[in-house]
Amino acid sequence: MGSGGSRAAQVPDADSIRRETGFSQATLLRLYHRFRALDSNKKGYLSRVDLQQIGALAVNPLGDRIIDSFFPDGSLRVDFPDFARVLAHFRPVDDEDTGTRDPKEPEPLNSRMNKLRFAFQLYDLDRDGKISRHEMLQVLRLMVGVQVTEEQLESITDRTVQEADEDGDGAVSFLEFTKSCWEGLGLSWHFLKEAIYISWREDGSSRRSPFRCQGD
Amino acid sequence: MLRAALPLLGLPLVGAAATEEPTQEPGSPGEPLPGLVLFRWQWHEVEAPYLVALWILVASLAKIVFHLSRKVTSVVPESCLLILLGLVLGGIVLAVAKKAEYQLEPGTFFLFLLPPIVLDSGYFMPSRLLFDNLGAILTYAVVGTLWNAFTTGAALWGLQQAGLVAPRVQAGLLDFLLFGSLISAVDPVAVLAVFEEVHVNETLFIIVFGESLLNDAVTVVLYKVCNSFVEMGSANVQATDYLKGVASLFVVSLGGAAVGLVFAFLLALTTRFTKRVRIIEPLLVFLLAYAAYLTAEMASLSAILAVTMCGLGCKKYVEANISHKSRTTVKYTMKTLASCAETVIFMLLGISAVDSSKWAWDSGLVLGTLFFILFFRALGVVLQTWVLNQFRLVPLDKIDQVVMSYGGLRGAVAFALVILLDKTKVPAKDYFVATTIVVVFFTVIVQGLTIKPLVKWLKVKRSEHHKPTLNQELHEHTFDHILAAVEDVVGHHGYHYWRDRWEQFDKKYLSQLLMRRSAYRIRDQIWDVYYRLNIRDAISFVDQGGHVLSSTGLTLPSMPSRNSVAETSVTNLLRESGSGACLDLQVIDTVRSGRDREDAVMHHLLCGGLYKPRRRYKASCSRHFILEDTQERQDKEVFQQNMKRRLESFKSTKHNICFAKSKPRPRKAGCKKNGVANTAATNGKSPGDLGFRDTAAVILTVESEEEEEESDSSETEKDDEGIIFVARATSEVLQEGKVSGSLEVCPSPRIIPPSPTCAEKELPWKSGQGDLVVYVSSETTKIVPVDMQMGWNQSISSLESLASPSCTQAPTMTRLPPCPLAAEEPQAPLDPRPSFAFPPSLAKAGRSRSESSADIPRQQELQPLMQHEDQSHLSPGTASSHWCIQFNRGGRL
Repeated sequence: MGSGGSRAAQVPDADSIRRETGFSQATLLRLYHRFRALDSNKKGYLSRVDLQQIGALAVNPLGDRIIDSFFPDGSLRVDFPDFARVLAHFRPVDDEDTGTRDPKEPEPLNSRMNKLRFAFQLYDLDRDGKISRHEMLQVLRLMVGVQVTEEQLESITDRTVQEADEDGDGAVSFLEFTKSCWEGLGLSWHFLKEAIYISWREDGSSRRSPFRCQGD
Repeated sequence: MLRAALPLLGLPLVGAAATEEPTQEPGSPGEPLPGLVLFRWQWHEVEAPYLVALWILVASLAKIVFHLSRKVTSVVPESCLLILLGLVLGGIVLAVAKKAEYQLEPGTFFLFLLPPIVLDSGYFMPSRLLFDNLGAILTYAVVGTLWNAFTTGAALWGLQQAGLVAPRVQAGLLDFLLFGSLISAVDPVAVLAVFEEVHVNETLFIIVFGESLLNDAVTVVLYKVCNSFVEMGSANVQATDYLKGVASLFVVSLGGAAVGLVFAFLLALTTRFTKRVRIIEPLLVFLLAYAAYLTAEMASLSAILAVTMCGLGCKKYVEANISHKSRTTVKYTMKTLASCAETVIFMLLGISAVDSSKWAWDSGLVLGTLFFILFFRALGVVLQTWVLNQFRLVPLDKIDQVVMSYGGLRGAVAFALVILLDKTKVPAKDYFVATTIVVVFFTVIVQGLTIKPLVKWLKVKRSEHHKPTLNQELHEHTFDHILAAVEDVVGHHGYHYWRDRWEQFDKKYLSQLLMRRSAYRIRDQIWDVYYRLNIRDAISFVDQGGHVLSSTGLTLPSMPSRNSVAETSVTNLLRESGSGACLDLQVIDTVRSGRDREDAVMHHLLCGGLYKPRRRYKASCSRHFILEDTQERQDKEVFQQNMKRRLESFKSTKHNICFAKSKPRPRKAGCKKNGVANTAATNGKSPGDLGFRDTAAVILTVESEEEEEESDSSETEKDDEGIIFVARATSEVLQEGKVSGSLEVCPSPRIIPPSPTCAEKELPWKSGQGDLVVYVSSETTKIVPVDMQMGWNQSISSLESLASPSCTQAPTMTRLPPCPLAAEEPQAPLDPRPSFAFPPSLAKAGRSRSESSADIPRQQELQPLMQHEDQSHLSPGTASSHWCIQFNRGGRL
């Protein structure tokens, strides 16, 4: 990628971001363009409004929560490194890394645990490491699209929490969450690799195929 | 006459038919008489259908015999056994008739035997899995089939050029290509038959099976193109013909799919309007799917693709629209038809092979074909997988590839196609037929036999049977939404993006258009899983019980000690199953005079203790609706009562944890619980009230009992019905209550004195399980249309499946000891654990049902939705009214 290098120079701090996120240069460049496109008045950061403008996100039941995940700790802006860091969760897991990785290094963002943690945090609104019954109820309210009564929703919630809850504290801890993901889905580690994965090509070629799928 | 018939029988009646028929006939009386014929033998009039039925019967009996031994079927696939049986039967036929009589006719196969199998597989296809792997499946189906066809054809031709095929086989390159095209396609019937017994993991299964279904278009096109090229003669084929061949691939496949989707649309739309004629719903499914098949066949498009798409496309909407029973019917009929067709196909394959006049053997060709199809299949799979793995997130490993190569079974489609060849145009047809038979037998028998051990030996990932959980469903949806959202953020229009788009579109337009409004509103996957979980729980509870339907188990366990357990568990249970299908109308009796309450108690005593209401005749009978007969309903009642007890005991064990857990939770339903608690308390109170009112009350009780029994007996005489609480008695009681009510009931502003009809329906005994309609009153029964009864029965059945105990209150009630109330009364309303938590809305649903019979089906469907609004304004009412009573009682004290 001869020309890629020069263009990647546009991305500030490209090297450190790449090291942290593991994105290839071309992907990073693509993300940067996207970032700039979303950044409506070239502020250099994205605000909530910028993300809310994405039409499809508005209809996504979890759209708001996903936007929130870009703004940790109540911050109002997300700069490009943070943007890339969040998206790095969605890189496919590098299998070869798992065995050889230096244990001292922090787990890569796209590790399975981090993927799951990302999903977990969408449930866990108060960040106390547990999905309380109340939080589960809120998620279910978003996810159960049909008109069910509050009472029915509550009974679904009860059941859901009970299913996953092993230590009987009435809430789902992260451990219980991961377990319910694997056991419930009959998952091997493979699934997690599949499950949270965006099928952009790592080499950055913007090949688009509607048939590319989880399995593919 | 008989003797005259026998020679006629001789020809067509061979094999099984021949051995059975004559032996039966001598027994039948009926010597031919001159003049008036007492007995006439008309074989010819029934011959064709009779034979068809006999064949199916023989096949089914054979299936039963095979499955008598678990050992055999666990080792040998059923398809192998059927083929072998076919060979034996064919041999018998050949020996008896001296000529092969039956064989797999291509017409029969394509028009009657194939559609059910394809429909079954399309309808029950796991669509999510299919679309997740669509890329791979399409690759294998299109590229793989083309590759197989051309390489096999070319290699055979090369074999002939090399002189390894006897020169008798007169075939050119085109002939071999034609042969290659028909022999190359993996056969859905064979794959299904073998792979269903080998439980490989879902991905592997869907890839092999999806390929076998979707390659039909390619097979059809290749076969037709090659066939017409052969007929034209290779010299006349022009360049444009090749182009046309390529174009026709698209026309046939996309056309077939389009036909399927159009019919799926029609089917879904039709079922939207079958609300009043539920009974024809299953028929519609089959008819329209079959119409799709025939239409595609007529337009020479890919019929298999059409039916697959039809089944795949319509399922979601049809399942939402049709009733529960229709769903079961569709499922079973589809499975029955498919299994039947499959059985007949394999048996006929065996029989057809016996007909030696049709085929000519050439070892070189046979062995060469066998080798080439295996070799090129394997090679093709490896090559394609290598390419696909560049793209796939989860690559298909070597073991998968081995299974995929080995699982490329050929079957009846190839056989039917080869039979269809024109002998005059394809001089080597007989050789091809023989080769095809050998290939089919080899793949089905040898590969079918060995694939199971192979899968075991290779340790292929098996499919794991795990229970569906709410968490699974929830997380799956969450992940989908997360991925779609991230794709949005990144601006990448990938798979998740498109699926999300599609789901939005489906939700906004398609579902709205194709689903009943009521069905659309309650249609949700998480909800579905929840619903199914409840059903599964109910079933497992029953299974735990062992002796379910013993009516001896109906004696009420009136131990006060179990009271609290029962109360909480029932509450919890109802909260869990809170689909709103709780049909307990008891909730309605919010405010009654003491007399009414006593009657209620009496009613429940009678209802529980004197259980044996028998209706000796059925009030109405309709062809358009299935009414449960009395026995069934009684069984259901017994079932429900039993079920409830199991649930109680189960819950009480489990509840220890759950209850502690649920307590500290912020209850939004607090008010509801209170309201319900009060309602329950009202019920629970009545026995206490009884005791409270000393002797006079007791006398009263007896009175009411007598009264009820009186009415009971009188009604029994009159109407031949069981225990009937007549409208007359009811309204009387109510009147009485109103008159004397000034003493007992403080008229709360919330209490609207119910009109007699209303009261009639609200009174607890009207809520007898499932018999509301019958027991309302003899007059009403006449008015009540069939619709309503059906609606009621349906709701009962849905109730049953939900395992929400409809008659819970009866035993709980009686279990409450008529102990001195002084201590119990004041704390009862404060009791955090109410005895029942029946959503009052249900009661209302029930009432409105009986009020406006025309609305019943709708009401019933809306039922789970109604709770919401009802809840809000009903429960306060019940609560306040109850307090009123409490207060009044205090005053009397």
